[in-house]
Amino acid sequence: MSEDIWSERDTNPDAIEAALRVLLHQRHAANEALAPARVLNLVVVVDREWKGEIANRLERVGRYQASRTVLCAVEADRRTLDAIATVSNSEPVNGFGVMHEQVEIDMGPEHLSVLRTIVDPVLVSEIPTLLWSPHGHDEAVEALLPITDVMLVDSDGLLEPAEAFGRARELLEHAYVVDLAWLRTTPWRERLAASFDLPARLPALERIAGLAIRHQAISTASGLLLVGWLSSRLHWEGEPLQRLNRAGLRGARRRSSGEVAIGLHRTNQEAPGLGGVTVTCVNGFALSLDRASGGLCAQERSPDGHTLTWKILGASRGEGGILGEGVRQALLRDPTYGPALDAARGLCPA
Amino acid sequence: MSATPVAAAPESGNPLVEGLERLPVRPTSLVVFGATGDLAHRKLLPALYNLAHDGALPERFELIAVARRDQGHDDFRAVARESIERFSRRVPDPATLEGLLNDMRYVQGTFDDDRVYTELERTLGEFDEQAGYQLNRTFYLSTSPEFFPVIAGKLGAAGLNRAATAEVRIVIEKPFGYDLASARQLNCEVLGVFDESQVFRIDHYLGKETVQNLMALRFANALFEPVWNRNYIDQIQITAAEDIGIGGRAGYYERAGALRDLVQNHMLQLLALLAMEPPTAFEANRLRDEKLKVLEAIVPPTTDHVSAMTVRAQYGPGVVGGVAVPGYREEPGVASNSRTETFAALRLEVSNWRWAGVPFYLRTGKQLARKVTEIAVILKPVPHIALQSSGSVGIQANQIVLTVQPDEGVSVSLGAKIPGARMRIRPVNMEYRYGTAFMSESPEAYERLILDAMRGDATLFTRNDEIEALWGIIDPILSAWQHDTTSTIPQYAAGSSGPSEANGLLDGGRKWRRL
Repeated sequence: MSEDIWSERDTNPDAIEAALRVLLHQRHAANEALAPARVLNLVVVVDREWKGEIANRLERVGRYQASRTVLCAVEADRRTLDAIATVSNSEPVNGFGVMHEQVEIDMGPEHLSVLRTIVDPVLVSEIPTLLWSPHGHDEAVEALLPITDVMLVDSDGLLEPAEAFGRARELLEHAYVVDLAWLRTTPWRERLAASFDLPARLPALERIAGLAIRHQAISTASGLLLVGWLSSRLHWEGEPLQRLNRAGLRGARRRSSGEVAIGLHRTNQEAPGLGGVTVTCVNGFALSLDRASGGLCAQERSPDGHTLTWKILGASRGEGGILGEGVRQALLRDPTYGPALDAARGLCPA
Repeated sequence: MSATPVAAAPESGNPLVEGLERLPVRPTSLVVFGATGDLAHRKLLPALYNLAHDGALPERFELIAVARRDQGHDDFRAVARESIERFSRRVPDPATLEGLLNDMRYVQGTFDDDRVYTELERTLGEFDEQAGYQLNRTFYLSTSPEFFPVIAGKLGAAGLNRAATAEVRIVIEKPFGYDLASARQLNCEVLGVFDESQVFRIDHYLGKETVQNLMALRFANALFEPVWNRNYIDQIQITAAEDIGIGGRAGYYERAGALRDLVQNHMLQLLALLAMEPPTAFEANRLRDEKLKVLEAIVPPTTDHVSAMTVRAQYGPGVVGGVAVPGYREEPGVASNSRTETFAALRLEVSNWRWAGVPFYLRTGKQLARKVTEIAVILKPVPHIALQSSGSVGIQANQIVLTVQPDEGVSVSLGAKIPGARMRIRPVNMEYRYGTAFMSESPEAYERLILDAMRGDATLFTRNDEIEALWGIIDPILSAWQHDTTSTIPQYAAGSSGPSEANGLLDGGRKWRRL
């Protein structure tokens, strides 16, 4: 990886854009095998003091690096724009290499309401724009929404799930939303779908009596989204869940001919996300999936009480990979997130 | 913002499938015959690991390796580990790799030995018992082609071609037949044991992303389809050039030759996808129906016309990449008077309303100047060049070039004005490279195809009538070449663009694209 850098204090968007064009031109002139990636713009709005940490997270997304990343670092009392533009490229393979551009702009709070006029000229036109504002900055988000195609959020974390889901729902009215909390449920959704795909097992979906989800302490939203997904897909309805002291949530959903007991339980695990799921059916059949080294540990109990245990293979993507997956998902569309989100909102305790 | 259609409606009626990128694959026991061979070593085992790594294998997945080599389970696991560590596109995760290796079983024996099938039946039954239900069964024949009918027959005799409550499928590697008669015979033998819906004939080119993208390019863009016909297209050139020789495959290659090795399968499949009518749905039989119509519209050359429509040649000594290399007849294991072609070029026509009169030129060869597989759609020149008086030299017909390998992408050549006071035109290229437009790494073709076979999706596999249509085009050429034992086989220097005789196939001032 090699790079060219431009920087300027007290600069403006025109100068930044011009600098990017020059950097790209120079780099291509020096090596015609290099072409700019043209997939996705990523705009990130962060607190200045956390800029380094966010930049490190973005570096770890590997091949899911956006074509042009614009990192807006907000610093109290700042009134001018300072910018650094970088064009880097991978080593050409088969006579061909891809260039990526990164712009870091230091700005003040007063720039946020007019952020669109700063960011828009710096974006590559004709490709989608993904916006991520991990430290809040709602004013910046409002300013940028008209030029945003996809909003990256994480409903897991510091906000109460009800608040995070409400925000995601609002954003969904204006842009497609990629929710990292939803992506943490993907392997579980895939495995549950596969587990009930056998013709003999499919009817059991209509006879689910219990759903227990084990999740890391800050990943209640992921757990609720998984329940929300099953609720929306299987037409379960019901009242909000109730808090179980500090250990989780419990409640019930109504299905066409019965009730499903729901439990969300916190587990001690390092990585955010889910740790396990148990589905039980009225006839006594139960299926548990739990995180294990090299995949998931599956345990099935048949109606006669016979138990089978086996391993389902799959390397953990790890929390480091979840941001890259979020960037990748910005180019896809999952029609089941919205209904799952709405169902999850209905599950949140008052 | 409009929603994009997602995965096809689940045939199973499973409401949990909607929106998932990865469709479920039902629990499966995969039996690989020829599991110690080169294909398994380089492609199949690494592909299986990558699927395991991605969590794409079924929730219950059992692998049984069958081969002649006298060794035990652990010996095979060691071989499999080495294959995966060496050829997997992902760095293996130790726990996932162990999980995959630990469950592998090895059955030793020759493919005609009844004891192999007894042992298979026992092991498969053991897996079913562990699961508490019958797992689907997929038999993957990665052996020499002479064993295909043997294995199919033995599976049938052992009753392994059917299962009471599970799907049974058989995947057959290429080459499927040696000529039309042997392909028909093989179809007959395989279909005497399995239904067509159970048979998955692999052409791994169809698993390549670019080949599938050919359909996306044609049918997802209004830009191209209006000109995709005889009114606008002057010629099509399909090239599959290799810059290496036969390596250690003399035994296979002497019997196969370039026509069987690449034209009969990969290149004619590319032609069919390029020329077919839009299928009403991306579904196995509808797609294959359309491909078949194209193949049936290709009039095979009569014996008299073979020499006018085809060229065969062999590479002679030459220099490749600065290194002197021997000619084909000097390669170890090749007869000094061998008449096997290492280069083949054809001119074909698709006799239907869309393509009548458009020549399709195909060429393939070994030890050529460059490794490239591409499809070039060359349009007719504009009818009137008003700019000529201003010295517009360099105006060329537009070309749409789809590169399959090594750099997957699409390039469209356009005429553009050279900056300056005069109206001078020269061609420029509009390039679309996968690396610049997609973040995801393309999966290996075998990963996609193994998964599709286990799911029972035959869209990217070749049907029995397609196979026979493919051989029907090639058979007269093979026959004419076989009967011609006296004419001189043209030689081309290794490292060159091929024999000059190939230029004679192109008329009307047309030329082969530069390699």
